[in-house]
Parts: sequence; structure tokens; C-alpha cells
Amino acid sequence: MNFNFFVLPFTIGFFIIIVVLGVRFTRWIWKLSKIDKLRILHGFFTRRTLRAIREAWNESLLHKNIFKVNPFLGFMHMSLAFGWFLIIVVGHIEMYALTGNLTAMPWESVFFRYFEHTTSHAHAIFAHIMDTLLLLVLGGVGLALYKRVNMKFFGIRRNTQLRVSDKVALYSLWAIFPMRLLAESATAGFYMNGGWLTNNIGHVFQLVNLNSNGELIFWWIYSISLGAFFVVLPFSRYMHIPTEVLYIFLKEYGIKLKREYNSFSEIQVYSCSRCGICIEACQMHHAKISNNQSVYILKNIRDENITERKIYNCLLCGRCETLCPVNLKLNDLRITLRINASKDFNSTYDFLEQPHNTEHAEVVYFAGCMSHLSPSIISAVETILKTTKTPYLFIDKEKGVCCGRPLMLAGQQKAALKLINHNRESIIQSGAQTLITSCPICYKTFKEDYELGQMRILHHSEYIHELLTNKSLKISKSTQKYIYHDPCELGRGSDVYEEPRFILSQTGTLKTIENERQKSLCCGGSLGDVSLSMQERNRITHQTLLQLTKPNPDCIVTACPLCKKTFAKQKKVPVKDIAEIVVECM
Amino acid sequence: MNKFGFSTHASRVIDYETIDTKLISYIVENEPSFASCISCGSCTATCSAANLTYFNIRRLNVQIRLGEFEEIQQEIDKCMLCGKCMLVCPRGINTRNVIMLIKRGLTTLEIKK
Repeated sequence: MNFNFFVLPFTIGFFIIIVVLGVRFTRWIWKLSKIDKLRILHGFFTRRTLRAIREAWNESLLHKNIFKVNPFLGFMHMSLAFGWFLIIVVGHIEMYALTGNLTAMPWESVFFRYFEHTTSHAHAIFAHIMDTLLLLVLGGVGLALYKRVNMKFFGIRRNTQLRVSDKVALYSLWAIFPMRLLAESATAGFYMNGGWLTNNIGHVFQLVNLNSNGELIFWWIYSISLGAFFVVLPFSRYMHIPTEVLYIFLKEYGIKLKREYNSFSEIQVYSCSRCGICIEACQMHHAKISNNQSVYILKNIRDENITERKIYNCLLCGRCETLCPVNLKLNDLRITLRINASKDFNSTYDFLEQPHNTEHAEVVYFAGCMSHLSPSIISAVETILKTTKTPYLFIDKEKGVCCGRPLMLAGQQKAALKLINHNRESIIQSGAQTLITSCPICYKTFKEDYELGQMRILHHSEYIHELLTNKSLKISKSTQKYIYHDPCELGRGSDVYEEPRFILSQTGTLKTIENERQKSLCCGGSLGDVSLSMQERNRITHQTLLQLTKPNPDCIVTACPLCKKTFAKQKKVPVKDIAEIVVECM
Repeated sequence: MNKFGFSTHASRVIDYETIDTKLISYIVENEPSFASCISCGSCTATCSAANLTYFNIRRLNVQIRLGEFEEIQQEIDKCMLCGKCMLVCPRGINTRNVIMLIKRGLTTLEIKK
């Protein structure tokens, strides 16, 4: 067995991290609900495990999602993670292949070159490969250093402040690979057992007469920085590295965020790498709010310094969620916090009477509260339904009850369930096969929380799309130029992007802008935010309108009464709902 | 006594000095826009809950200042937080936050009733 005292810092750190991670992971999994544990058991020997391995390979090592956002940022993460991974793997292969020693201690592969001085052809080939990999990682370290100077280069506006443990971990991470280079080069200077990089630097060391004490110092520092990184990792933001892998596996086994904060929520919180991509995605900076983006919230949860204002001051537009490279469910996470913060004062709605519908219909139309504020949408949808001679029941025409989603967004879960049950009962009583709604907010909750069984739930844009494709509705093309604004709840929230675009391509010319579909901007009127003031909302709306009106459209078209109402404050470009456009072209 | 076909409220005395101001200060502190309410009643006119009950969000403003906390406690339960009032408010008051603050204030602040 090869041994020198300098391997101790690394070895101690290595065992500490194994124990700490073991304890944490066991506790997290232990605290999951029984059903979730069964999900892991059932999923373990299926294809899901392979899928999880593939995703871990793509995201934890190659960081493909970050590459999509910014190639330099992606390369930085990739070279550090994947490069280090390869160094570990190739290092082990090298040791096993060259020494045939399968019972080696963990430090023997890490400090292989200090102990092994042979210079055969096989040795040289491995040395060249290892040098190349080391250079790859050093490239990542170089970019990480540059990122501290010029963040904008990486497409990042700002980042979180570092705590002491983060700083220790960061500096030791920066030290590890340059020190490895120096240490291996020093040894290579004596024995010429290095590759193309270390041998040459070793030459230089020989020229300046580096003795074996100097060599040992480099190896000591290398070992200490490794050990220090391992010891602080579980207590710093770098905890995301192991947690993300666990998160990917649990997610693949079908474990989802519940309506309460549990150990799976905590796993998500610890999986955040604080890359800062969500800060750039967030529109709140237009309202001069810059302490409340998802990364800060997750950090605040970890540091246990979260306030109600922070929880509630978010549009829940979901832009950060679509860009998050770790695929964290940031909106749901925030809603669970809101549920927790407001669970002591839910309403009972005792005034609601048992619904008794006497009318029956194949098609039920639920306009939604917001559509009632914008009656032109309702009359347009009714015109379409009447033209196609569809018998329908306008279920919330007079005594409509809110769908419950606004309460859910504010965390009033119990209260929301009361309204949901009420509406659900009355919709089911009507015996309808199809439920049409004009409001994406209602649409999302109908799909997710109402459990309506086989009933088809359609937004009116989907319904019109259906009428156009089966030729029950005929429209003529106009010369109008449109821009389509994706409502958050319909686009990112429910994945309806193509139907409204198809309709608009039939009625006129559809212009495109940079931020559309998944990247579309929030109108600023979102009900997700409870504490944003009207002035702040107006600033966000203004910025969104600037982008929407860039291609000089004749009309801004949207599919949400709330977006329409929010945009209608400006007088320059008319704002219409997609149903109104269709009626105009009929 | 003559019956005129209408009734009047019994006279009552409101002693402003004994009214607990914790709730109103809590609301205005966290949602300053509430102070700019002009009691126009647009919120109540558009309210979904007012369509189903006698819920009157405009009256809440007065009731909070008059210290009628028990009535508020019963009334506030009816709001469905749909947000229409917020859109029609000519003063741009964030009414949803006001409702949430009243609800939270009534449970967390120790208010003398």
C-alpha cells in the first residue's frame, strides 16, 4: 500500500462527506410519504432508472440546459463537472490497468502519480489523457474566475451573496485543480512520468531547482484543498451537486410536490445550484424588485429567513421555471409556502347553497369572473356557439362562483377546495361532455384540480380551433397584422400554444417576436402576486407592451380576459381577445 | 305611532378614542394604497361575492375605522379573492392584499373588540 501523511486531509474529508451525505439522503427518503417510498421501490427496477441515469448524465454532468441559455456558462459548468468526473473515472482505470491492484485505498488513485514513477508506453498514453482532462477542468476554473469579474459575459445579471461556508468551498474548489497541476508537474520534473503538460512544467521546475520538499508542499496543498472542499460541501451551496442527482431520480420515479412543504420540497431547495438564470428571466426587476427571485427564495428557505412579503411578491408567471436548468417546480414550491403561511385563516363559504341544476346540456360554458369584467369576450364566444348551432348552458351567467384558482394562488387551499367542490358539483349535474371556458386561470384549475373524469375541458381558443378544423365554422382572411400574447396560465401553465396561432393565421397575418411561447412575458396583471402595487404592475406592463408593439401590429391579440384588461390601459394599439377576432372575420 | 313604511336605525354612540387601531395601522403599513380609498364603490359594484351575498367591500373600509371587528370577521369570509375589484379600482388599490391583510390581522393581532 502506498502511503504518505499528506493523503490524510483528503481521506478524512472524503469519509466525512460520505457519512454526512449518507445521513442526509437517508433522512430525506425516510421522511417521504409511504406512497412515495413505494414509488421508489416499484420504479427502481424499471426503465425509469435508466431514464434518470440519462438525465443525470445530461444535466448533472454535461449541463445541456445551461448550454441552451448561455454557451459560456454551459461550458464552465460542463468542464468542471464532466471534466472532474472523467478525471476520477480515467484515474481509476489508469490505476487498475497499470498496477492491477483492485483493492487500492481511495487516495491511491487520486495521488497516483506521486506513488507511481514508471514510464512505459501505457503509462505515457494515460498521462497524456489525464493532462488533457486536467486542462479541460482548468479551462472551467478559468471561466469561473472570469465570471467573478464579468458576469454579464455569461448572461447573468446578479447572483446571490456567499456565506462563509460557500466562500471556503469556492476557494478550495478553485485551488484543487491548479494545485493538482503543480503537484503532478513537480513529480514529473523528477521522474518524467507526466504527460505533455505536466512534463513540460516539470522541466521548468527542474530549471528553478525545486527540491523534493517543494514537491511535497504542492501535494499537501492539493490534498488539503480537496479535503476542505469535501468537508464544507454539505454545508455550502455545492450541496446541490449530490442533491440534484437524488432529485432527478425521485422525480423520474413519479414523486411530485405536494400541497405542503415536505422532504421532497427540501430536496428541491437543496438542488438549486444558484446559477442565477432565474434572476435574468424574472420581470420583477422592471418594478425595481430585485431581492425576491426564485434563487433568493430558495436561499432564504435554506437560511431560514423568509418573510411573508417575499413569499407573496411573485407573479407566478413561470418564466423562471421553464428556464431552470434543474427543472425545479418553483411555482408549486412557492404556493406550498403560501399555503403554510395562510393556513390559519381560510374561509368556509357557508353561504354557498347546494347547487341544483335543472338544465342539462352537452356543452357547458364557464366564462369566469374576469370574462364578466370584459363582456365583449363573452358575447363573442356566445355568437360563435350560436352560429355553429351548439346547444350550450352558460353556467355562471348570473350567480357565478369563482373557480378557486385565485385563492389557490394566494395559498388559501382549504377555501379554494370549497369553491372547487361547489362548481364541480354543478358542472357534473349538468351532464355535460364538454366544458368551455374563456379564462386561462379557470382553465388551468379545471384541468388540474377539478377531477372531472372523462369531460373534455377546452379553452375557447381550442374550441374554435376544433370548429375550424372540422369545417363547422368558416372565416375569411383579413389584411390585419396581429401579434399574439401568450397568457401565462394558458401557455406555460397549460401548454396551449399552437391553437391560437393557427386561428390567427386563418384570420390575418401573425407577426412573431423574440419572447413568445415558453419565453412569453407576463402582462403584469397576474393574480399570482398578492403584494405588488398598481404602479409596479404598470411598469411591468409597460415593458411587455414595448416588446409586443415592436413589429407594429394592427392589433394585440390575447386569449385571457385579465391580460386584455391589463393591456387595455394603453390607448395606442387596440387589444382584443381571440374570440372577438374570429367573430369579426365570420 | 304612525307607520311611515320605512324604518330607521337605532341611534348609537361611537367613541373613536376607544377604537382599537391595530388593524387599520397594520393594513396601511403593509398596503399603503388602502389609505387612498375614496369609497366610490366600484369594487362592490363588480364583486363576484356581492352577486351572491350582501358582501360589501366598500363598507369594510368604514367598518375597520369604526372598530366593528365582529362584523368584519363574518363579512370577510365571503370574499373569493377573484381580483375583479382590483382591476376596476380608480385609485389602483391592491384590494386582494387588503383582504389578505384583514384576514391575517384578525387572526394574528390581538384586537380589542
